[in-house]
This record gives sequence, structure tokens and C-alpha cells, in this order.
Amino acid sequence: MESIKIEQLIEKYLDAETTLQEEAVLQDYFVNSKVAPHLEEYQALFGYFAESRNERYTKTIQLKTKKTNWKWFSVAASVAILFSVYTGYNNIQERAEAEIAFEQTQKAFQLLSKNMNKGTAAIGYLGEYQTTTNKIFKQPVK
Amino acid sequence: MPFKDKVFRFSKRLLVSTEEAEDATQELYLKLWRNREKISSYKNVEAFAMTMTKNYCFDRLKSKQASNLSLVHSNYRENGTSLDKKTNLNDSVSIVHQLIAKLPEQQRMIIQLRDVEQYEYEEIGKMLDIKQTAVRVALSRARKIIREQLIKQHNYGIN
Repeated sequence: MESIKIEQLIEKYLDAETTLQEEAVLQDYFVNSKVAPHLEEYQALFGYFAESRNERYTKTIQLKTKKTNWKWFSVAASVAILFSVYTGYNNIQERAEAEIAFEQTQKAFQLLSKNMNKGTAAIGYLGEYQTTTNKIFKQPVK
Repeated sequence: MPFKDKVFRFSKRLLVSTEEAEDATQELYLKLWRNREKISSYKNVEAFAMTMTKNYCFDRLKSKQASNLSLVHSNYRENGTSLDKKTNLNDSVSIVHQLIAKLPEQQRMIIQLRDVEQYEYEEIGKMLDIKQTAVRVALSRARKIIREQLIKQHNYGIN
């Protein structure tokens, strides 16, 4: 009795003339009740539809990717600025150190040259001493 | 997200691979989000989303035709070898899946939208931008093809 009704519905179904309600009746028949043997091949079909309906999208959807992109961009920019400031500061410091070292070496050279001058002045006296000895001792005639 | 599963299933039907379908779903929601002010004026956001999904998937298929998609298709062909056929025969549900996968895109979409997602003919017509009668014709054709194939497979299984 019921299978006749189902057969009629299937005819309509294949011609795409069933309403959603009628298709729900078919669905219910093939999934939940005992199916007449000559209609078995439809069981797979409606079983498949019912099963596909249960497939879910399990991942989370991310919507604000654009905003976070900007955030990361600003983070990267601030890191770059910090780095350049750091290296710039280091450069200045190096230069100052170099200047100090230059001054100190200059001082050291000045000290050296002062003492050197003292030494050469002393050598001047030595020269005087030489001339006096030349006066005292007669030089051999060449 | 009210209809994300529907979008996901629809794009999976077209793109075959789960990962591709996940990407498509994500992409679609981004697009909807960007146009959220414009969209609120639409009467049927869900139908609009399905149309967008269809267009996006078609674009993906076009751009992938040369590389990845050919791989996907060869995967399906491999299922047709005799050994796989035997093991799959018991799994009637996967048979239906393969039969639907072999249908032309238009029929595949209509089967998905009607028999899985249970939309009205009118809604499907709007989503795919075709007439209701065209929806019915394609649907009837698709259902009959699947039925014939199923009967063939069924008899083959008994012998």
C-alpha cells in the first residue's frame, strides 16, 4: 500500500515535480523505514543526501585579517626605528670615543716633542763643549 | 555564521577537495564581510552568498585547470579500476558520491542545492541565474542519470 504511494512519488521525483514536502516524505521513507526490495537502489541515493547534509565546516572563519595586518606592520616599523636609532647612537658614541683617543694621542705626541726639544737643546751644549775642546787641543793638520 | 556549512558543502561539490572548499568558504566570508553594508540591502543574503560561492568556485576551477585539477580528476579515474570498484560496491554511499561527481557542473550544482540543501526551485533559479523550468529540466535529467547508473551498479553487484 505504502510502496505504491512511494512509487508514484518517485515518478514525480524523477521528473523534478515533487515539492520539498514530498521529497521529505521520500527521504523519511528511505532512511527510516523498511524499504521494499524493488526500491532498494534509491536507498543509497537518499541515504547519501541525508549523510551529506551532516557535513560541517569545522574550521573557524577569520574576518579581521586586514586589521591585524596593519598591527603587525606597525610593530615591524617600530622595531626598524628602534634598530636604526640604536645603531645611530652607537655610531655617535664611537665617533666621540675616537675623538677622545685622538686628543689623547695628540697630547702624548706633544709631550714627546717637548721632551725631544729639551734633548736637542742639551745636544746644543754638547756642541759647545766640542768647540772648546777643539780650542784646547791642537787639531792634527790634515 | 548561519549558512557557512551550506557554502562549504556547495563549494566542496564543485571543487572536490576539502581543503579547497575550506579556502573557498573562508574567502567568501571575507568578501561578504567587506561588503557588509552593501549586502544588508539585499533581500536574500543566503541566495546571494550561494551565487558568489558559485562564481568563486568557477574562477578557482578555471585557474586550477592546468595544474591541480587534473590531478583531482586522475584520482577519480583511479577509483574506476576493477579492484577499487569491487570494494566500493559495498559502499553504496560513495557510489552515489562518484555518480554525482561525474555529472556536468550545472546538474551537480542543482542536485546539491535541491536534494542536499533543499532549496525551492525559485531560489535555485535565482542563485544560478537561470529559469525555474531550466532548473527542473536539469534536475530531472540528473536524477534520471543517477537512477540509471544506480540500477546498473545494483544489478552488477548481484551477479
